[in-house]
Amino acid sequence: MSENGLSKERLTWMFTQMVRIREFEERVKSTFEEHPGVIRGHTHLADGAEASIVGSLAALRPDDQLTTTYRCHGYPIALGADTKALMAEIYGRETGICKGYGGSMHLTDVDRGFLGTSGIVGQGIPHAAGAAWGAQIRGKGQVVLSFFGDGASKQGAFHETLNIASLWKLPVVFVMENNNYQAYTRVEQEDANAAVGEPLAVKAKAFSMPGVTVDGADPVAVHRTVGEAVERARSGEGPTLVESLVYRLSAHGNIIVPPGVPLHYPEHEAIAVFGNVEEYEAAKRGDPVPRFRAQLVTDETLTADEADEIAEAARTEMDEAVEFGLSSPLPAPERATDYVYA
Amino acid sequence: MARELPYIAAIGEAVHQEMERDDTVLYFGQNLGLTEEDPFVKAFGNDRVRVTPISETAEIGMAVGAAFAGYRPVVQLYMSEFMLVAMDQVVNEAPRFYGMTGGQVKVPIVLQAGYGFTAGWAGQHTGTIYGMFMGVPGLKVVVPSTAADAKGLMTAAIRDDNPVILFHNYLLTLEHGDVPEGEHVVPIGDAALAREGSDVTIVGIGWTVGKALAAAEQLAGEGVSAEVIDARSLAPLDTATILESVEKTGRLVVVDQATRHASAAAIIAAEVASEGFASLKAAVELVTSLDATVPYSEPMEQYLLPNEAKIVAAVQQVLGSAPVAA
Repeated sequence: MSENGLSKERLTWMFTQMVRIREFEERVKSTFEEHPGVIRGHTHLADGAEASIVGSLAALRPDDQLTTTYRCHGYPIALGADTKALMAEIYGRETGICKGYGGSMHLTDVDRGFLGTSGIVGQGIPHAAGAAWGAQIRGKGQVVLSFFGDGASKQGAFHETLNIASLWKLPVVFVMENNNYQAYTRVEQEDANAAVGEPLAVKAKAFSMPGVTVDGADPVAVHRTVGEAVERARSGEGPTLVESLVYRLSAHGNIIVPPGVPLHYPEHEAIAVFGNVEEYEAAKRGDPVPRFRAQLVTDETLTADEADEIAEAARTEMDEAVEFGLSSPLPAPERATDYVYA
Repeated sequence: MARELPYIAAIGEAVHQEMERDDTVLYFGQNLGLTEEDPFVKAFGNDRVRVTPISETAEIGMAVGAAFAGYRPVVQLYMSEFMLVAMDQVVNEAPRFYGMTGGQVKVPIVLQAGYGFTAGWAGQHTGTIYGMFMGVPGLKVVVPSTAADAKGLMTAAIRDDNPVILFHNYLLTLEHGDVPEGEHVVPIGDAALAREGSDVTIVGIGWTVGKALAAAEQLAGEGVSAEVIDARSLAPLDTATILESVEKTGRLVVVDQATRHASAAAIIAAEVASEGFASLKAAVELVTSLDATVPYSEPMEQYLLPNEAKIVAAVQQVLGSAPVAA
């Protein structure tokens, strides 16, 4: 047990998941250049948020549940979903985890508690609270995590749901991943709290629930903070708003252009829109994946060789996921109407 | 055994019976279950019966989430216009998940929503808006016209594995009708033959079924035999029953409380024109509300609505354009 209270196994698990998510996302990104046209529509990467995702999920029990946004690749990877099926879904193949019906924005793995993702900003927040109402009725101590971004906190769905969740003391934890950009707009341009230099976690005050801000690049800190909120929810004391400060290292999404044109990722909005190279480079230097690796090697949780082996295994796994996706068949056209009514 | 109940009480009875039968059925919404004496709270407790703030997005969104978690929530929305502040949840969340997840996620929720309160409620509380929902894949839409169907369709809606909107008509709220005791299920997707006839088919929806029946009675006195079909379920729409009737009568009048271009009548007419053209002896007539915001003052309000006289005139129109066999 290290001084942060986490076992070597737990810390190694966290590092492994962060590396796996990063390797997966890198493959998604490179697919745009290496296999143009294979990924359709809009894809959103969470590179830079791995520590926040993994630190949060590390606080859960196997029977806990979550809903997320369309920036959703990382969660099922950490939960143990088959990365081949995830990549195949992003490639629109019949072997995909949603059989090619959902794509990048709608990865879902109900068996692992990953209940669903809404592609509409903020609208998944009440879904999490509804699932938490179910957990409250069942009375088995289950907790639901609701992941969303800073932009979602200006939606009515956020305010309506946090009010009811606090009123009903629902076992839900609201994890706001604040990456400082609402798509292309800087948070202080569209958020009253940010505009006066306050953390977004102060929004919790309006709903009489705790609001805390945590360094989302530090998986151990996230685990501690979300873990406390999860325990509070589990014990029946109600929800918490956790603001997890992350920096998305890729642009909001791939460029949206008419069909037939390669859909690569543009530069991050800090550079592409605001010309702020310094901000972006500072974020790159704070990249949570190498930062956590250095921390684990320095405190001798892992040797450098062990860390390299984990990274190598992740590279192999994701190469295989790409290969599986590319070689999987596309769905038969007439399957399009298979899932209209249950 | 059947006994008389008001239409609205029949819906409540269905919810109550389904909550008794199935522990996963939840009932919630604004201004309900406020005291320990409330019959739903008394029977099922505050875990399953809850009052909410005026937060339709959260109410419907939480119903979706509770459905993810294995429950069957019924959201009492009172007026269907209140869904308009939560359209994303109704149209772009609840009915999307089953398809988007390749069948992994089912969303068995029921939205109970009143419509068509053309009794002095003016512009924002009188709408007949089911047409906005009947074209959304994955969403079911039912519109009972009788107390018995109100119970039977609500029961079917709660047992259905898909999101269902039950539109009840506010003008029918206190209309009494024979309602079967105990279990009573009306399958979603089946139209009902409300009156048999041979010269013309009149399709009614919700409140306009009664108007169509009254018109048919008047027409019978004039020697015209009108068949009246109660559409009952708008999604899925029972096109087959309507086509079968038109095959027999050769003439169709569709009566809808909605404004013409937002009406279910327009869809029904299009389906019959497309699939049943060979049966038609005359152009289809639509009797809908006029395209205007419903005025408050009674003479203007009533002027917009379908009524018996307009239905009779439409029937005479379709009969006049091709002579009736003697």
